[in-house]
Amino acid sequence: MTLLIWSVACLVVGVLLWLLGDLIWHGIGQLSWAFLTTAPQKAGRAGGIAPILVSTALIVGVCLATAIPLGVGTAVLLVEFSPQRGLFGRLVRLSLDVLAGVPSIVFGLFGNAFFSKTLGLGFSILAGGLTLACMVLPILIRSTQEGLRAVPDDYRRSAAALGLSRTAALWVLLLPAAMPGLAVGILLGLGRAIAETAALIFTSGYVDRMPDSLLDSGRALSVHIFDLAMNISGGEANAYASALLLAIGLMVINAIISGLAHWFRGSRIQVI
Amino acid sequence: MQKTRQNSRALMPLLLGVTVALAVQSCSSSTLSKPANSSPQAQGKLVLTGSSTVAPLVAEIAKRYEAQNPGVRIDVQSGGSSRGISDARQGVADIGMVSRALKPAEKDLQAFEIAKDGVALILHQDNPVAKLSDAQVVSLYTKKITNWQEVGGKDAPITVVNKAEGRSTLELFAKYFKLETKAIKADVVIGENEQAIKTVAGNPNAIGYVSIGSAEYDAKNGSSIKLLPVNDVMASTANVSNQTFPISRPLNLVTKTAPTGLQKVFIEFAQSSAVTDIVKEQYFVPVAQ
Amino acid sequence: MFPWLSEAIFIGVLRGLAVVSGVVALLILLFLLQEALPFLQQIGFARFFQDASWHPVSQEYNLLPMLWGTLFVTVGSVLLATPLGILSAVFCQYYAPPAIAQVYRRLIELLAGIPSVVYGFWGLVVLVPLIGQLHPPGPSLLAGILILSVMILPTVALVADASFSNVPPDYLRGAAALGLGRWATVRSVVMPAAKAGLLAGVMLETGRAIGETMAVLMVCGNVVQVPDSLFAPMRTLTANIALEVAYAVGDHRAALFVSGLVLMGLIVVLVAIAEVIQQGKIYD
Repeated sequence: MTLLIWSVACLVVGVLLWLLGDLIWHGIGQLSWAFLTTAPQKAGRAGGIAPILVSTALIVGVCLATAIPLGVGTAVLLVEFSPQRGLFGRLVRLSLDVLAGVPSIVFGLFGNAFFSKTLGLGFSILAGGLTLACMVLPILIRSTQEGLRAVPDDYRRSAAALGLSRTAALWVLLLPAAMPGLAVGILLGLGRAIAETAALIFTSGYVDRMPDSLLDSGRALSVHIFDLAMNISGGEANAYASALLLAIGLMVINAIISGLAHWFRGSRIQVI
Repeated sequence: MQKTRQNSRALMPLLLGVTVALAVQSCSSSTLSKPANSSPQAQGKLVLTGSSTVAPLVAEIAKRYEAQNPGVRIDVQSGGSSRGISDARQGVADIGMVSRALKPAEKDLQAFEIAKDGVALILHQDNPVAKLSDAQVVSLYTKKITNWQEVGGKDAPITVVNKAEGRSTLELFAKYFKLETKAIKADVVIGENEQAIKTVAGNPNAIGYVSIGSAEYDAKNGSSIKLLPVNDVMASTANVSNQTFPISRPLNLVTKTAPTGLQKVFIEFAQSSAVTDIVKEQYFVPVAQ
Repeated sequence: MFPWLSEAIFIGVLRGLAVVSGVVALLILLFLLQEALPFLQQIGFARFFQDASWHPVSQEYNLLPMLWGTLFVTVGSVLLATPLGILSAVFCQYYAPPAIAQVYRRLIELLAGIPSVVYGFWGLVVLVPLIGQLHPPGPSLLAGILILSVMILPTVALVADASFSNVPPDYLRGAAALGLGRWATVRSVVMPAAKAGLLAGVMLETGRAIGETMAVLMVCGNVVQVPDSLFAPMRTLTANIALEVAYAVGDHRAALFVSGLVLMGLIVVLVAIAEVIQQGKIYD
């Protein structure tokens, strides 16, 4: 069994290294400081990706700023404050399970109709971020729920015995204990948000100018990669470089989030 | 007290992210938005939506126009020809982009040609077949011929690459070969041009058709594809330009009513010789003399 | 520490948040219905399962081949990715030395964030030609299953990893005290304890597999047919929408929204099945 498990791990690492190796091999030559700090030229064949990086950061920022409070709030309600077999909780849970399976292209069409047209946000970073927030919501909620459920009921009983209100127990005990789940949720959500193409073409748009506000249209990195790889002849080199950059960025962000979650959990547990 | 501290701690990563994003934005936009030589009159904002083939070209034209007229903002959105038509009709966009001639049902719109493009048949470069007659192409695409041997090639099954229903490249291709789109039997159906090129480049027995400019560029730059002549005319942008190549299409900007103001000025700019170099850079054929 | 009133307000706020979260799916469903319903009433639902084929331009709207395509590719990739993902998590938690586990976790997280376009691109230029050499034409059900497996593996691996890390250490000590081996502990103690989390992971990955669009579009070949072998090209419902929606007008566009509705229907069925399974497990 040990052998099997090691070989599975090797297989997964092998596939990943193959993919990453491909990215690095084709993309490293294009990466430079100038690539990060200049605007694209010739439809992206030349020049850099500065405005696209900024747009992407803003879109993901909007997405997480909306999705985290919504998601954590919902998860807490579902696990801690609503009976497992209650109608309200079950309805919300079902609705979220359905939401988790909605294809990204449908999110794109929906976001375009709802945020861009009905709410009048137009093609904008705000519309894109909100569409993504809808998309990562189920992931975030699921993981936070799992995190909360995994906290042994003993914790809750001890807190009650100490005279802590349920809300207080939540802040000092349950949320810190649920941190690994939440961190995984944010990681998966962030990954999905950064990687999204189909939902963003129709909401945050195609404009590769530096955005001035959240109401400007801004092209996300993955949309840029898709356009360069599939629509622009001679765009592969910069597509690879952008994808490599995305991978490096993700690695850094992932490390930071994991670190924060660790630190958060550790420091909070000591409070008790 | 304890509670507030905890709250702020939870928010910190978020605030940090937003601050960083804003800082990056402010410092780079200040360096980038230096006004170029300004000309009078032009002010305002235009929104263009439509064909993904036309979008990169118009986005570049828009960039040059913005640089010359700092008061103007032109937002180009991609999405597909029919999107361009419907957005222009509904007034969602000021100008629509369409990568084909208008259909009879669309004659309520005004079209302005800004460039030409052709459709070329492509094979893998190792395929010994050097040319195919129109009748042979039809037989290939309807699976009456399924082995390269039958048209003078190796003994290998043919992989037919077709475009997805509704794409203007498919409509143009089917129209020229008088094929009903229903009659085409494909092994692979693709969306964008580059996907077709990569599919053919990765399969020695494949045949596909794509935008001629993309094919020409990729063939010159080391992709393993070659272009087939159609009706004995070499497939090249030069032959689209001198109108000898039989499968070509206009790339259009469309408006709901006769263009006025900035709309008009920008369309004229996009048709003028001031952007010929951009059109060529995107491997299309300019219309301006 | 907290007066009762503030707890009531707090729960009220949470309830509000939950309502917003719950309403999103409903909004999407309404939006799809609004776009598709007039057309559905006009030609009837049956046509989408009885027409000769899918040629929306010539008024043929059969969605069945794509429904099968979506099912095949989803089931295939879930069957492949679930054991790999769970074993990956087991590796991280119980087999690998801590340093290696940490690196491995980082790699999996990275895998979760690579855009589907990049997977699709890699599939198109590396995997598809390889499969093509084995059995032409190359773009196929198999290519779709393989690419999707790599894409959804991190989801199940990370969720499983998080659930394993939450198994109370006492259980493990108990198992050790009983003299159970490592694998026996994992199988008979850890897995049952983490069951809910594993199931959540599988649900999430299935949702992702059904909904994945770009990568599948790039490697599956997109021919409208029920694949008769692993090497046959096929089209999923999502690829169908993505390929054609930008170029569709009128009835064609409405027919694509019906694709979307069918997809949602599929997901509702899946959720219902999962619900039934979970119901059964609550009592054991």
